[in-house]
Amino acid sequence: MQLITVAGPPSAGKTSVMLKIIETLQEETLKVGVIKFDCLSTQDQILYQKKGIEAKIGLSGNLCPDHFFVSNVQDCLTWSQKNNLDMLITESAGLCNRCSPHIRDVMAVCVIDNLSGVNTPRKVGPMLKLADIVIITKGDIVSQAEREVFAFRVKQANPSAIIVHVNGITGQGAREVGQLFKGAQGVDSLTDYHLRFSMPAATCSYCLGQTRIGQNFQMGNVRKMDLS
Amino acid sequence: MWDHLSVMTVKQLFTSYPYATDFFSSLPNLQQSEESSVAAYFAAIEEDTLQDLGIGRQELLDQFLSFMLQMEKLKEDKVKIESITIIGGRDKQGKVEDIELTIHAGEIVCIVGPTGSGKSRLLADIEWVAQHDTPTNRKILINGQLPDMRCRFSVEHKLVAQLSQNMNFIMDLSVEEFVSMHAESRMLENIEEVTSHIIAKANELAGEQFNPDTPVTSLSGGQSRALMIADTAYLSSSPIVLIDEIENAGIDRQNALRLLIDKQKIVLMATHDPILALMGDKRIVIKNGGISKVIETSEKERENLILLTQIDRKMLAIREVLRSGGRINEIPVELEEII
Repeated sequence: MQLITVAGPPSAGKTSVMLKIIETLQEETLKVGVIKFDCLSTQDQILYQKKGIEAKIGLSGNLCPDHFFVSNVQDCLTWSQKNNLDMLITESAGLCNRCSPHIRDVMAVCVIDNLSGVNTPRKVGPMLKLADIVIITKGDIVSQAEREVFAFRVKQANPSAIIVHVNGITGQGAREVGQLFKGAQGVDSLTDYHLRFSMPAATCSYCLGQTRIGQNFQMGNVRKMDLS
Repeated sequence: MWDHLSVMTVKQLFTSYPYATDFFSSLPNLQQSEESSVAAYFAAIEEDTLQDLGIGRQELLDQFLSFMLQMEKLKEDKVKIESITIIGGRDKQGKVEDIELTIHAGEIVCIVGPTGSGKSRLLADIEWVAQHDTPTNRKILINGQLPDMRCRFSVEHKLVAQLSQNMNFIMDLSVEEFVSMHAESRMLENIEEVTSHIIAKANELAGEQFNPDTPVTSLSGGQSRALMIADTAYLSSSPIVLIDEIENAGIDRQNALRLLIDKQKIVLMATHDPILALMGDKRIVIKNGGISKVIETSEKERENLILLTQIDRKMLAIREVLRSGGRINEIPVELEEII
């Protein structure tokens, strides 16, 4: 069983790119499944299922999507073993730029798009900085110069990653990434595996459903801005 | 490398390696720590700060070293690419593609064929430096030899630069800021000089002039294309330039292509415009996912190119009349003859 964690900001093109990559793997008769993590709702499983890809969704609702991910990822692995998949891809949106769903010894991919601007690679945390592969999308609509500067900034943020350009519409570059995916290390169980980096902490009164605003209602892990 | 860097003060580091400031830009308290050593700086970052940054201390150190190594590598001279060779594979029906085509630096080769015929696949094969490991089973050689396969995934050795009609500038910068940002990412030393040279060249190619302080997003289509081509000619690290049509508006296409080949680029151009196609030295005809033939531009075609260019100029002149609010009552006699 191969497992690959894919993360990236919303609308970066994760699903489009994964569809193109998986298509090339299906041509090689690999059975690939996807579990899509999202917050409120998603219809993306239909896109996957249309292509004959086993897909499930996990909605985190009012929980931090990353925490939700890590509490469920072992069950996802078990599900894909039951379904005799060769490869499971988990797809999750990094909403706070501090997200870090990547797991040590499990291939980690970050999808990021050219339209997000050249300063974005510096702003994104472990999701990008600790990924093994960075996929850059939407290169077909910006200039060559912007593509080069963007890739350079990604390289600065994560010098050891493999950086690839994939076009989510035409599929240019997808086959090549598929070959990289095939090299992912196998996993039988994630028990005792470690996250590459701790997840953002959030244990304050508001996590427990508090809705009132004011000093008296702030409890637990609370931090104040320095506005001086 | 760490032995050497760790004992420098942060200030010395920035003087010797100006690009290092990029690494520190997202890290805390630079002003106060400029006099402390690099090692002391990293040791002093608080655990909470590291948590917020989303990285461990050792990982941060490793990233710093790997950043410095990578940036130094960018300065190294690369192997000059003098030619690429396409060795045929098979088309969609499995028919053998009997071809071995070598394209040299400074050559323009056009690619023609209907949508879906396999133009993109050919370009992808070149970009991937296919070694019988793509659906077409083609093989690509660089300088007549098997290339260093690391170029497949390296940002600095990317083989192909792309330029198409759909591309736009999206950055909120002036032309000058934009070009110098690109120059900085190439670790050049004479950034100002290169920048003003590129802007001047782009203005030579563009029909209407623009200033260094014009925002890139407000350039016209022709001006954008002119700037993209001049920038690619001088600043792109990629030896192969792939062009998907250049619309015949607001840009001197002949000189734009000449600029690219003067800079010893290999130009591959997907086009159905007869003028562009005949500007090429050869054209590859694609059918059914395979190269069906390679046509060399003949003497007769070159003569016809002159004629076509004249017709084109007339068309442009008529357009200009329309643009300035005039009537199109007169059609040049030569054009009428063709009709």
